[in-house]
Amino acid sequence: MKTIMRRVLPGFGLSLGISVTYLSLLVLIPLAACVVKSLDLSWEEFTRAAWSPRARAAYWLTFECAFIAAVINLALGLVVAWSLVRYRFPLKTLIDALVDVPLALPTAVTGLVYASLYVKDGWLGHFLTPMGVEVAYTKLGIVLVLVFTGFPFVVRSVQPVLAELDADEEEASAVMGASRWVTFRHVILPHLLPPLLSGFTLAFARGVGEYGSVVFISSNMPFKTEIAAVLIVSRLEEFAYREAAAVAVVMLGFSFVLLALISVLERWSQPHVK
Amino acid sequence: MDESGVSTMGHPCHNRYHGLMFQRLLLIFVGIYLAGATGWVLWSARVREKGTTVNLLNAACDPTRELWREINTRFVEHMERERGESIAIRQSHGGSSSQARAIVDGLDADVATLALWSDTNAIHKAGLIEDGWENHLPNRSLPFVSTIVFVVRKGNPKGIKDWADLARPGVQVITPNPKTSGNGKWSLLAAYGSVVLQGGSDAEGQEYLYKLFAGVPVLDTSARAATMTFSQKKIGDVHLTWENEAYLEVEEAKGALEIVRPPISVVAEPHVAVVTANAKRKGTFAAAEAYMRFAYTREAQDIIARHHYRPTDPEAWEKHKETFGAVEMFDVARLAPGKKGPAEVWAELNRRFFSDGALFDSIYTRLHGGGKAP
Amino acid sequence: MSNESASHGATVPQPAVAVESFQPRSQARKDPAWVQWLLVGITYLVIGLLVAVPLVHVFHQAFSAGIATYFSKLLGDKDTLHAIFLTLMVSPVAVAMNVLFGLAAAWLIARFQFPGRALLISLIDLPMSISPVVAGLVFMLVLGLQSPVGQWLREHGWQIIFAPPGLVLATAFITFPLVARELVPLLEAEGVDEEMAALSLGASGWQMFWRVTLPNLRWGLLYGIILCNARAMGEFGAVHVVSGRISGQTDTLPLRVEKLFQEYDIQGAFAAASVLTLVAILTLIGKALLERKVHKG
Repeated sequence: MKTIMRRVLPGFGLSLGISVTYLSLLVLIPLAACVVKSLDLSWEEFTRAAWSPRARAAYWLTFECAFIAAVINLALGLVVAWSLVRYRFPLKTLIDALVDVPLALPTAVTGLVYASLYVKDGWLGHFLTPMGVEVAYTKLGIVLVLVFTGFPFVVRSVQPVLAELDADEEEASAVMGASRWVTFRHVILPHLLPPLLSGFTLAFARGVGEYGSVVFISSNMPFKTEIAAVLIVSRLEEFAYREAAAVAVVMLGFSFVLLALISVLERWSQPHVK
Repeated sequence: MDESGVSTMGHPCHNRYHGLMFQRLLLIFVGIYLAGATGWVLWSARVREKGTTVNLLNAACDPTRELWREINTRFVEHMERERGESIAIRQSHGGSSSQARAIVDGLDADVATLALWSDTNAIHKAGLIEDGWENHLPNRSLPFVSTIVFVVRKGNPKGIKDWADLARPGVQVITPNPKTSGNGKWSLLAAYGSVVLQGGSDAEGQEYLYKLFAGVPVLDTSARAATMTFSQKKIGDVHLTWENEAYLEVEEAKGALEIVRPPISVVAEPHVAVVTANAKRKGTFAAAEAYMRFAYTREAQDIIARHHYRPTDPEAWEKHKETFGAVEMFDVARLAPGKKGPAEVWAELNRRFFSDGALFDSIYTRLHGGGKAP
Repeated sequence: MSNESASHGATVPQPAVAVESFQPRSQARKDPAWVQWLLVGITYLVIGLLVAVPLVHVFHQAFSAGIATYFSKLLGDKDTLHAIFLTLMVSPVAVAMNVLFGLAAAWLIARFQFPGRALLISLIDLPMSISPVVAGLVFMLVLGLQSPVGQWLREHGWQIIFAPPGLVLATAFITFPLVARELVPLLEAEGVDEEMAALSLGASGWQMFWRVTLPNLRWGLLYGIILCNARAMGEFGAVHVVSGRISGQTDTLPLRVEKLFQEYDIQGAFAAASVLTLVAILTLIGKALLERKVHKG
């Protein structure tokens, strides 16, 4: 049907031209330039720059924190989405609106505020520090800001699916004597898996790329709290362009893999997610 | 957009005619605004020929924000008064190396006032600063020098007096990352020098640095970020920083912090230079040169001393030296024995301490990267 | 989504009620009271600690020295004012570029079948998963003085990096997919009947676009613009790399926040941050209002 449309509907050439030109100029050519720059390095130099213990520690930390944060978001997001869909409670509309704040709040503001809240004598820090919980400048801090930035993705993926879930299956399950928990595990959860996973992946991808808020709250120590983006900046400041580009290329590779994963997941959960 | 096109956009307005008018006005406004913004962005991309006002850009390292702000004001007044020239100066601040890299990448700075010889020289190597820049301005292009001192919490609860105290277990040291910050590099060199120039061996110096960095909880990328970590976020027991930065920090903290001067420290030399290629192309060379020379005048040297940098003009130094504490300051060249001239000295220092896989990297590999010895 | 509920609807007596109402329809769907309390409690705690407290903190810090100080910090500081101006110039241009692309891409993807379509769809999402720092780095590599392009630009008197155009490019890169992502599914759902009708009645391609396609997309487009703009105004990482941080010249508002904070001007920093937070809140209000329209239409 669509091939017929090309003959009938106008604007194929124009929209193709605009899309491809813009995509190439803004995204593809610059990214290709980055790859080319890193190819100036010999293979040994490339591995030394992009796969050194320090670089590996940075990738590992980046993915570890993004993963932990996404897992936390999975649980919190499900709880919040469940409450918002199933229960009535005061300030519900406000809470529903506040879920989206992380999407709109600039990352620099997030970092500034979180660092100021969780330092030793910050609003929250002076409760937590005596209990031995240190958030600012630790891995915990990185995870926390990533939980913040990724939080809306899970809630917003799960919410519509949960709202449209059919009551019959649940009723049937209850009639047959299943406990509420068994009903949840075996009847409701299977429906929620695709949106949960797609929310998880989006939150994870966002966490892997996050820079602005992390750089404020992390102590940026090599091997300990230095994320890959900070490593790139740090290499850049040492005039090591090609080495910075090499690390960037590895991150780009990860981005592509993630992207493929997201599109597969989205296709899988298509009927559920807008 | 024609009328029927708009009408389908149905605005929730009782009076259809007014709704249309409103939408149309809104669209026209948005269109004009966008055209204006686009035009402005494109216009701002043109490097303009010299107008009536000479615009200078000073790419400076982090801790000199307040200093240059005051010198700039005086210089602008000075040029207006003496030569009737109108000058505007803009500032860019950041880590020394990051500023140098920005200039190499095309930041249109007329002067570079960075923290390290090697950073300024990197711009020279990119062909933007002329040969022999170091001798182009008086006192090896140093209107002022400084040193690295300690800032501690009120009452010095950890009893920190000398470099050796920094390596004690349980003492947290704040200093920026030596890879990216001039302050960080000077701190590391001062710490190392305090060992090897007082009879210690190279191995002892390295071991000392290892212990010192084991007590560093946060590695900020620039001097000012480290200051904020120590003074505002209240992390750490001692802050290794520029002398001037220490004074400013203590003033701002209003009694919560105090300065401790170690008996020995490094002469920190923040060179200044005119970025010749940029200034000549923009036709601002004369003004840029006058600006840098102004920093050597009595007026500027007084400002410099007031901001707790050590003026290099001998008379100004005599006048103000009482306000500075006594520190035995060593030349960094003594850490690179047998090397002559700043080029060789800095090449050696970078090779041994800062470049990829050198001492600083090996300290961190040993600290966190699986305990391998350097 | 509509397919899903419709297919179930055939077997369910009153599907509309189950879908529309957020209330459990029967006892079978009711969770034990303690579970309800627990989950709602967690929701309060999460939203409160994660979102509400930080928001309150921004304004509390900004106004901690009184309203007069707040406004003098904000409006009395030439560089902060310039940062606001710059942000108001840079973001709309970046958003407009992405709107143009979004419309073209949506038309292309939703209306035509062609080789490479799936690839195009994937590539649109690419910038979302790239770290902003990498985005800044690539523009630096392409347009910086180190590259032949940068050399050429300099010789011909253009300054892209460390000037507003560089900021626009970096911002447009980061917010690249946001408009297109909204428009593609909307246009797909819209169907081609109206457009075909317009064409068969003799409308030209542009007439069809202005009178049929665009009006149908208007709320979705506005929604995309609002989200895109919020991200554009708040962009930090990519802009940080390409800005050069010249006070009063290339500092956008988020960069200004960082700079003020580092100059001991905590109140100034939070005052600037409060402006950005206000933009974020307005965005969310706009988004909530539009969501109703989009879902109705």
